[in-house]
Amino acid sequence: MDAALAGDWMRAAAAAVAAGAGRLTELDTAIGDGDHGANLHRGFTAVVAALTESPPQTVSEVLVKAGTTLMSRVGGASGPLYGTALRAAGKALPATPTVEPAELAAALHAGLAAVRRLGGAAPGDKTMVDAYAPALDAFETAVAGGAGLGAAAQAAAGAARAGAEATVPMRARKGRASYLGERSIGHQDPGAASTGLFFAALAEVSQAHPRHAD
Amino acid sequence: MKKFMNDPADVVAQALAGVAAAHPELRVDVAERFITRAAGPRPGKVGLVSGGGSGHEPLHGGFVGPGMLDAACPGEIFTSPVPDQILAATRAADGGAGVVHVVKNYTGDVMNFQLAAELAADEGISVRTVLVDDDVAVEDSTWTAGRRGTGATLLVEKIAGARAEEGGGLAEVAAIGQEVNTSSGSFAYALRAGTTPAAGRPGFELPEDEIEAGVGIHGEPGRRREPMRPAKDLVRSGLDAILAAKPFPGPVIVLVNGLGGTPLIELYLVFGEVAAYLAQRGVRIARQLVGNYVTSLDMAGMSLTLCQAGDEMIRLWDAPVRTPGLRWGA
Repeated sequence: MDAALAGDWMRAAAAAVAAGAGRLTELDTAIGDGDHGANLHRGFTAVVAALTESPPQTVSEVLVKAGTTLMSRVGGASGPLYGTALRAAGKALPATPTVEPAELAAALHAGLAAVRRLGGAAPGDKTMVDAYAPALDAFETAVAGGAGLGAAAQAAAGAARAGAEATVPMRARKGRASYLGERSIGHQDPGAASTGLFFAALAEVSQAHPRHAD
Repeated sequence: MKKFMNDPADVVAQALAGVAAAHPELRVDVAERFITRAAGPRPGKVGLVSGGGSGHEPLHGGFVGPGMLDAACPGEIFTSPVPDQILAATRAADGGAGVVHVVKNYTGDVMNFQLAAELAADEGISVRTVLVDDDVAVEDSTWTAGRRGTGATLLVEKIAGARAEEGGGLAEVAAIGQEVNTSSGSFAYALRAGTTPAAGRPGFELPEDEIEAGVGIHGEPGRRREPMRPAKDLVRSGLDAILAAKPFPGPVIVLVNGLGGTPLIELYLVFGEVAAYLAQRGVRIARQLVGNYVTSLDMAGMSLTLCQAGDEMIRLWDAPVRTPGLRWGA
């Protein structure tokens, strides 16, 4: 992956969030306060503007800049959580023009660790972690098996989507949905759903890129 | 949805412009999104800063002024402010004696204020945080994000604000704020959910004969749905929940708070029932406040807050306050 592809990833995520904002808001209305779609849309619009204004030269810089922008523009819980994930991932990458899939796997790992540290959520708590953790597992397994970025990202996207769907029967233990207790059961977690979009965006851009689509 | 607005995306900024036009005694930074006293920080005085999502007016911006807050930072509707904004408000409130953050216990608010406090510390501003978590409807357990900050936030801001105004040090101001929180309990009912401009429809639907019990202030549904009952019964159930969660052996300050869409005639009726039931339970009311203070847009409903208050807390409650939302003795 190079900085251009990382920038495309953020732009694809922004487009997916824009297209899915209505659904995210609907999910958040059921068990939260109905603003997840609008908040992420505002944040990723700002990310695209920031990356376009002064395009970074490395993948690391792209992710750090995207994370910093989300942290300072989104608010709520999703701003710090997505912000810290991208910043931690970016900081874990070498400052080289391109990074290998194994390096990206390690960066995604650092991002998940940062999210769990900040939010205190574990798998099963009905949060973004329930999509992120299986996506990372799938990505790491694919890379360890010799897959390229495109195939690994495809596996991660599938696992993230399945992980998000698996939050439906869970009872929320973190965030605003936890106030509902048993009544949070039966709804998909909006943070897990948006994490699914984020990994789907990675799969989309790396497959569209012939050099990575193996 | 029918609301007095021009564009759902601009409601917060345009409301802030209105606050600026209405209150020359405040300085409203519409771009950076914070409100301070126009006179600026008083050297040597501890600064008191609060903030949270918009939609709870007059909380928090309406409580900026002598005797209460030095600065407030409103986020998007029901969305906590961002760290840069909180940092800007903290700088603007710092008179060199440190700043106390009053933070309602919601995941987003806690994270963003924590990040801002770290940034402020890097600039040499000492920050203490008072976390407000008075809502007894939520179990405080590993199963939840902890109790929510609701009506007691007003009491924390009033009483800690009075202590800061009369020259209390950083630790003292934070300590009295924390004491108000641990001495308080709240419980709320919703008759109809509020509508955010972004969503355009109510956060939840309630049939004509049902209510949400243990509801929060962000349009999220409550702990359970119950049949509608006479006010007397609802007040008893709400107060029973508070009295079961915490002991209230001494006199209390009572807040009967409207959630934005309930008329005062109903809130006063509720206060009458509160006074009667507390008398029956042997709880003495030292002070009371009835009105719309910690709201949830146009939600119809009310919250009850009790705060166990000794002489010192009552003295600070009675101290002069001059803000758009709360004003007496000054």
